[in-house]
Amino acid sequence: MSMRAASEAYAPTGASRLLETVAAWMLAGLWILPLLYALWTAFHPGEYSARFEVLAPVTLDNFSRAWSAAPFARYFLNTFVLVTLVLSGQLVLCTLAAYAFARSDFRGSNIAFALVLIQLMIMPDVLIVQNYKTMNMLGMLDSIPAIALPYVASAFGIFLLRQTFKTVPQELDEAARIEGAGAVQTLLRVYVPLAKPVYLAYGLVSVSYHWNNFLWPLIVTNSVESRPLTVGLQVFASTDQGIDWSIICAATLMTSAPLLIAFLLFQRQFVQSFMRVGIR
Amino acid sequence: MERRAFLQGTAAAGALLAAPAIAQSSTEISFYYPVAVGGPITKLIDTYASEFEKDNPSIKVKPIYAGTYQETIVKALTAHKSGNPPTTSVLLSTDMFTLIDEEAVIPIDDFIRTDDDKAWLKSFFPAFMLNSQTAGKTWGVPFQRSTIVLYWNKDLFKEAGLDPDVPPATWAEQVTFAQKLTKLDQSQGASQWGIQVPSSGFPYWLFQGLATQAGTLLMNEEGNRTFYDRAEVVEALTYWVDLSRKHKVHPTGIVEWGTTPKDFFEKKAAMIWTTTGNLTNVRNNAKFPFGVAMLPAGKRRGSPTGGGNFYISRKAPAAQQEAAFKFMRWITSPERAAQWCVDTGYVAVRPDAFDTPALKKYVTDFPAAAVARDQLQYAVAELSTHENQRVTKALNDGLQAALTGTKSPEQAMKDSQAEAERILTRYR
Amino acid sequence: MRTEAPATPLELVARSIRPSSTTVHAWLLLLPAMTLLALFTHWPALATFIDSFFSTPRPKRGATFVGLENYRQIVDDPIFWQALTNNLLFAIGTIPVSIGLALLMAVWVNDRIAGRTLVRMAYFTPTVLPMIAVANIWLFFYTPQYGLLAQLLSAFGGASYNWLGSKDTALLCVTIVAVWKEAGFFMIFYLAALQQIAPSLGEAAVLEGASRWYFFRRVQFPLLMPTTLFVLINAVINAFRTVDHIIVMTRGGPDNATSLLLFRIYELGFAFWDTSAAAALTMVLLTGLGAIALAQYIFLERRIHYR
Repeated sequence: MSMRAASEAYAPTGASRLLETVAAWMLAGLWILPLLYALWTAFHPGEYSARFEVLAPVTLDNFSRAWSAAPFARYFLNTFVLVTLVLSGQLVLCTLAAYAFARSDFRGSNIAFALVLIQLMIMPDVLIVQNYKTMNMLGMLDSIPAIALPYVASAFGIFLLRQTFKTVPQELDEAARIEGAGAVQTLLRVYVPLAKPVYLAYGLVSVSYHWNNFLWPLIVTNSVESRPLTVGLQVFASTDQGIDWSIICAATLMTSAPLLIAFLLFQRQFVQSFMRVGIR
Repeated sequence: MERRAFLQGTAAAGALLAAPAIAQSSTEISFYYPVAVGGPITKLIDTYASEFEKDNPSIKVKPIYAGTYQETIVKALTAHKSGNPPTTSVLLSTDMFTLIDEEAVIPIDDFIRTDDDKAWLKSFFPAFMLNSQTAGKTWGVPFQRSTIVLYWNKDLFKEAGLDPDVPPATWAEQVTFAQKLTKLDQSQGASQWGIQVPSSGFPYWLFQGLATQAGTLLMNEEGNRTFYDRAEVVEALTYWVDLSRKHKVHPTGIVEWGTTPKDFFEKKAAMIWTTTGNLTNVRNNAKFPFGVAMLPAGKRRGSPTGGGNFYISRKAPAAQQEAAFKFMRWITSPERAAQWCVDTGYVAVRPDAFDTPALKKYVTDFPAAAVARDQLQYAVAELSTHENQRVTKALNDGLQAALTGTKSPEQAMKDSQAEAERILTRYR
Repeated sequence: MRTEAPATPLELVARSIRPSSTTVHAWLLLLPAMTLLALFTHWPALATFIDSFFSTPRPKRGATFVGLENYRQIVDDPIFWQALTNNLLFAIGTIPVSIGLALLMAVWVNDRIAGRTLVRMAYFTPTVLPMIAVANIWLFFYTPQYGLLAQLLSAFGGASYNWLGSKDTALLCVTIVAVWKEAGFFMIFYLAALQQIAPSLGEAAVLEGASRWYFFRRVQFPLLMPTTLFVLINAVINAFRTVDHIIVMTRGGPDNATSLLLFRIYELGFAFWDTSAAAALTMVLLTGLGAIALAQYIFLERRIHYR
């Protein structure tokens, strides 16, 4: 590592280091417990879902049951399309809007900004009936864009990017323009790169939210072709007939595995890309 | 494409010859069904839909799997309010008044024209029709219906010195059996409970079993009056509370519905009350011999019915409504009802289904399947009123308050009744 | 006249933006976002606001203007007060604890402890596990007799307890699940921020003989302030938005002990179909959140100016 963290000067040594390590590991153990439980239960027959014996037989049966319970391959695709659609839409729209707010003093900017901020506190979850009516009017029911659209103009994103763009020194902007860059080029060459950590942070919030969003997709979609993973997962979450933990755990692992593995493989790059563009 | 249309046309013509009554062109009906997407039941429904289409080439059935009952009614009413409802839905029988009040459904009577139709409407178990009719009209057609039964662990009965083949028949027996079956350990915990009646989510349904056994109904037929504070209701609740507080044979606090079957499999509960819909689940997962019995009697035997009915949307075009009615008649024929019962464990909705070879064989192999049917003679309508969920919640809150010990049974039921009164006065 | 490749409309719009650019162009930049906001936020919110002054439309009796009647009913409804209390307790429980734990996790993972890759991974797992499935796993942890907690307790001679089935502990249980879900997520932001702090600061502080706590309190923590605000906004919104696990684990019970405001809105609107009551309660919630958002915004603006 070329860059050492500031705390390194204060890195604990000796007993305090041991103490810290033990504490960190204990908390980690606590945090990973549900995942460990899911691993145990998914790979063992149902009668071992509450009994932890070393010699319990191992089985893949729960996975095949879970996989065949719903068209998960299609749901994966749908969720992927949905998350991509939402995030790319958000990034474009929020960048444009944030640029307008950060760098131009225009008439009505305060009112416009207030109108944007309103969405910070209005959760789309409580506007479901009205939004359903709108989607019906637009003839978009039961489609992936219908799930995505209410979330694309994100006040949170606009707000974050505006704050970030405001911290970009005016001189950089002017320098780019003197070199002959138009507004779009300035935006792309100066502002966007400087805001990279914010884009990443925001992207993480957005992807994890929409990967797991449930109620609105359920209401607005009807068919396998448009439904995301969570709606498929819900097959197992309904408790009317009693909870079958084995199959829930298998399905949970199956659907979360791509994200878990991706994070495991890329976590270093992931965290570093946060810090790469920072204070120099 | 043209060839396909041509083939369809000839098929329709063929159907026309076979059944001269059908004269409409191709109609598509959408059908909301309360199960999560995927799973074995969706495959069954898909099969039924395509078989029906084969028999009725002019009608297309499009099943839409809408999640739990609660999510399905949310979807159906949201669609209704925005003017684009499904032609037909399977929704809780207890939502009847809500659907009527929202003018979301149309009476089935509007489609009853021939003597054959009339005979069909009379062919269901009367207990199931209690939640399908009000003020002389029929609003729903029973489809996937259930009741509450008692499951017991025969091994644990033997261990406790009880006859493994004799379930408790009365409230008193239920307590004495449970006392023998409870293993208390040092610190007020129990390694094994004698009996367990779940109380999370919808405690009113299980409680209605107790109240019926105590000899009272919980509401009137018009669905605009409740009797939560009657002495018998308080008596039933006191019995439930005493199971844990006085006799210490039942877990304290709220017992989770979803984990109750698992508690049974883990031998943490020797007897449980739950739906007949759990029959297949218990059969597949219990690693010990078990029995299924009618609920024990207080002053009488009794259990509410539960589950879902077919409804037809008021806003759907007439041709679609007719097609939906036809689908309903088709899917509730004795053979289909029998098949449905075998495939899912729900109670077949009409007595003559039990005379079909398929169901006869099933009952011989698995006598427990007949218990629910036999209990139907004692069954009452499930709690259902105007503003059903709100009035039901009033009772749920009271029950949970009493079970968690925050209110006495009398006080809890008095409060529940007051809340229900407040809501229902305007419907009188 | 110079000739150049024809520009896209977007470029034309954007190109003309200068620090002193015209109102029209700024609004054109805002247009796509504003259209969607108007369609899916402003209009439905306005409709909700209007609805809250009318009675719930029923087919036989249309909506009539009732003034503040719906709000009066909310005030009279004991379950509203309980849900409000629960939600405040839930917020007080989740916000500081999850932020504090996130910071602690970040500090630990930032130090060179053994196996920190695995530890970091462990802290982050809740974020990728969908709540709707994970809530069922937590249900198992809390299950009396054979649940994980019960098994652990009995190993130490403790008695089995019905955690979710008692009014005293149910809210605490769902609060813990929310903390578990959020802390690791917030940790990522703190971790990134911690690693941006220049090493020279730490070295200088050592030279001056500052204690580690002093260094954290006076140097690291202030530098983390923007991150804390970012995380805080998220945490506040989440405290009033999280209901998935309530639906799976308790459905607001026992006897409303875990009913939160959004859960109550959902219940009023989609279980009782009392859309006006739901609209009024939505407005109450939005007003509360609006006040919080405004306070945070003012604070944030002041900080930016200060800088």
